[in-house]
Amino acid sequence: MKSAVIVFPGSNCDRDLATAFTAIGGSPAQMVWHGETSLPEGIDLIGIPGGFSYGDYLRSGAMAARSPIMHAVKDAAAKGVAVLGVCNGFQVLTEAGLLPGALMRNANLEFVCRDVDLTVANSQSMFTARYGEGESIRVPVAHHDGNYTADEDTLDRLEGEGRVVFRYGCTVNGSARDIAGIINDAGNVLGMMPHPERMIEPAHGGEDGRRLFEGLVEALA
Amino acid sequence: MKTRVIVTLKPGVLDPQGKAVHHALAGLGFSGVNDVRVGRLVELDLADGTDDAAIEDMCRKLLANTVIENYRIERA
Repeated sequence: MKSAVIVFPGSNCDRDLATAFTAIGGSPAQMVWHGETSLPEGIDLIGIPGGFSYGDYLRSGAMAARSPIMHAVKDAAAKGVAVLGVCNGFQVLTEAGLLPGALMRNANLEFVCRDVDLTVANSQSMFTARYGEGESIRVPVAHHDGNYTADEDTLDRLEGEGRVVFRYGCTVNGSARDIAGIINDAGNVLGMMPHPERMIEPAHGGEDGRRLFEGLVEALA
Repeated sequence: MKTRVIVTLKPGVLDPQGKAVHHALAGLGFSGVNDVRVGRLVELDLADGTDDAAIEDMCRKLLANTVIENYRIERA
């Protein structure tokens, strides 16, 4: 599996994501600077990492979503290349229009940084195939703007089409319908606030995030 | 040419920041504040002749996230 991780000024989980792609995908993830205009040839998986791209100026993810490399990411996504956006990466994907809705300031205004329980709401996606339907997993969150919002019609559609793939097991940030992660219409783009790449080996305190990457590797093989 | 863009949350979108400011105002003893909404002001210094359509485009493509925000353009 050939993978790439996009690096924006202010990204800080790019190496974590690249480590997960490399360790589980079997070949080194390529780091791609945001100012590039094309992706390496034959990429199967693109990671949009967590962090504070452009210092969260204007809105979280807003500047990164308009950076030069995102044209190539959009083109690749349209061709079916898998895209995984974690945390700030989820914010970038909504700002770029690759996923619906928006991530607003947490409802209690506090930065939340802890392990949370997630429910796998759809185990049929390419990202969740290694999990059981309704399974509870434990993955860390670390964000200030994770309060997912969209209009009621969009929320109904996301739920009706099985595009809500992860839900919080309890209230974490005020997200509409406890949404923690969603996929696009075609199912090849996932945005999620929790960090699966921070839970892939016992030293991390758990391995619940590992199967997301294993499932992806299998699906993209 | 100075132009201001005022970006506000759409009605109905929960504004946690506004709620906190509201709460703080009440804590300072200001009564009679029914609600608070916090927005953003962007001041643009534009070349003469920049037309309205271009400013609208700037708002839709970057300055506002129209999923959750409205914008208003005020030309000086």
